[in-house]
Amino acid sequence: MAEIQLTDLTKSYGPTEVLHHVEGDIKDGEFIVIVGPSGCGKSTLLRMVAGLESVTSGEIRIGDRRVNELEPSARDIAMVFQNYALYPHMSVRENMAYGLKIRKLPKGEINRRVEEAADILEIHQYLDRKPRQLSGGQRQRVAMGRAIVRDPQVFLFDEPLSNLDAKLRVQMRLEIRKLQQRLGVTSIYVTHDQVEAMTLGDRLMVLNGGYVEQFGTPIELYDRPASVFVAGFIGSPAMNLLPAEAHSDGIVLPTGVKLAGAQTQSGSVLLGVRPEHLVPDQDGPIAIDVDMVEQLGANSLLHGTLSGTDHAMVASIPGHVATANGTQQRFSAAPEVLHLFSPETQKRLDA
Amino acid sequence: MLKRVHFPSSPLPYLLVAPQLAITLIFFIWPASQAMYQSFLVEDPFGLGSEFVWFENFELLWGDQHYLDAFLRTAVFSVLVAALSMGSALLLAGFAQRVVRGAMFYRTMLIWPYAVAPVLAGALWVFMFNPTLGIFPYFLDFVGIDWNHYLNGGQAMSLVILAAAWKQVAYNFLFYLAAMQSIPNSVIEAAAIDGAGPGRRFWTIIFPLISPTTFFLLVINMVYAFFETFGIIHAVTQGGPGSSTTILVYKVFNDGFVGLDLGGSAAQSVVLMALVIVMTVVQFRYVERKVEY
Repeated sequence: MAEIQLTDLTKSYGPTEVLHHVEGDIKDGEFIVIVGPSGCGKSTLLRMVAGLESVTSGEIRIGDRRVNELEPSARDIAMVFQNYALYPHMSVRENMAYGLKIRKLPKGEINRRVEEAADILEIHQYLDRKPRQLSGGQRQRVAMGRAIVRDPQVFLFDEPLSNLDAKLRVQMRLEIRKLQQRLGVTSIYVTHDQVEAMTLGDRLMVLNGGYVEQFGTPIELYDRPASVFVAGFIGSPAMNLLPAEAHSDGIVLPTGVKLAGAQTQSGSVLLGVRPEHLVPDQDGPIAIDVDMVEQLGANSLLHGTLSGTDHAMVASIPGHVATANGTQQRFSAAPEVLHLFSPETQKRLDA
Repeated sequence: MLKRVHFPSSPLPYLLVAPQLAITLIFFIWPASQAMYQSFLVEDPFGLGSEFVWFENFELLWGDQHYLDAFLRTAVFSVLVAALSMGSALLLAGFAQRVVRGAMFYRTMLIWPYAVAPVLAGALWVFMFNPTLGIFPYFLDFVGIDWNHYLNGGQAMSLVILAAAWKQVAYNFLFYLAAMQSIPNSVIEAAAIDGAGPGRRFWTIIFPLISPTTFFLLVINMVYAFFETFGIIHAVTQGGPGSSTTILVYKVFNDGFVGLDLGGSAAQSVVLMALVIVMTVVQFRYVERKVEY
């Protein structure tokens, strides 16, 4: 059990800085997901916490210890790797017992812990198999078992589900969440999958190009994205973004239509509205020329352009629709679901 | 039912393998069969005629204490050469993995000895260890060792082992390095997180995972020590002093071309041939065992 503090953390490879002044306080028992597109530095950040990458400047604290200079083994952490990183020449039991043997635990205690973890993960029948005789999902469980038996202060997950097929991924996602809640161990989880991030995390750290774009709960990120990047990254399908003109009494769309509502901002802005917040409305101000419909069953996605412009728009409507391609549909959107961003800084306005 | 694709037969494939076949036939099969034939003959002292004696040459070998001594010597020599060269190569490869700056240079330098011809390698060591001129005897003198491998059989043996092992380190290093690099980094990192220090990681993770390479190299090194060290021994000690560095392959040469006992020498080379065939079979049989990551 431990909190983790990241203070002004920077990482450079030679002259290239890849992580810029990362800050974050992680509470005891919290499940933090670091999410971002590939190359954003999320794995690097995790590996710095693990002690597999050196810290260029700044400080990492786990519990009440500064761990910058500590070896990975001294940090009391356990990590689950993307490719599982099981020891191929050892049986499942030996894989799980390896770290405990090194810590010179008594044999009985080692056995007890391995059995207990095997019970939790339901891998009892595989204990004497070699990793190569297991399927991807089973290997994943063993990798988690290896982390659990150590009873560490912190769990680190480096995209642990990305090698699994879609169905198994959803199932394992739930299991990881349940397991973490049951064990109550502080966890950091890296993924590029925003659905995984939203469903797993108590809080999400969105990284982009080595900068922390936003650090907050999934709902905060969804309701009040701090930047254009977060707005586009969180939520599926992505938020619609339009250049617009803000006035004190409303927002003028590129089509010249005004969305009424008092505004504190003025001047040119980027207007964001989520596809699911566009409500079909005969007299709505937002007109979309639909050129493709995706039927997802529970809802339907209408792809098109804002009428009279070439700004791509997506609307998500519950249920089935009979809308034909090439027709014009009108929508309205409540003032409270509109997001305004600065076109220059890409940051949220009205903050 | 398996359907096979049939191509129209053409002489081209045979033409393409012909050069390799010709080389194998002329330089391997034909000499081997000649040796086999010759091992059944006894030459008269003047080389004017020969008599077919069946297995008499072989029977004589088993009764010959010199030959049995050479056998034992070869066993000691090859085990020590393999152990020494593989041990140092393993150590160097382990370090090469950790080198960050100048890794290319370090590796290239380590591979160079492989390009040196055995006789030249031998000559190199002869110069370094020459009792009157060499640099090493000069240093050894300080610690009270009187080095003269022309007189001391044990020292002569040490020297050829050292020279032969040095020559083979480069080859072993290449294979060990490749084997280590094929171990996924995350496995090593997982071990580090599990609390294993560098030494422990090496012995419990890396070493078991490269064991197929170790086995492969063991066979290769034994074969090397048995056969390819001829040049080194010829250059360094010529089998002496006495016969203290005369290993089997050197005895074949010595008995045949110096002692002119062609039949006996041929019989010895047939025995060697049988040995290498056994080793190769062993290697093919077991080296296929692959480790999966």
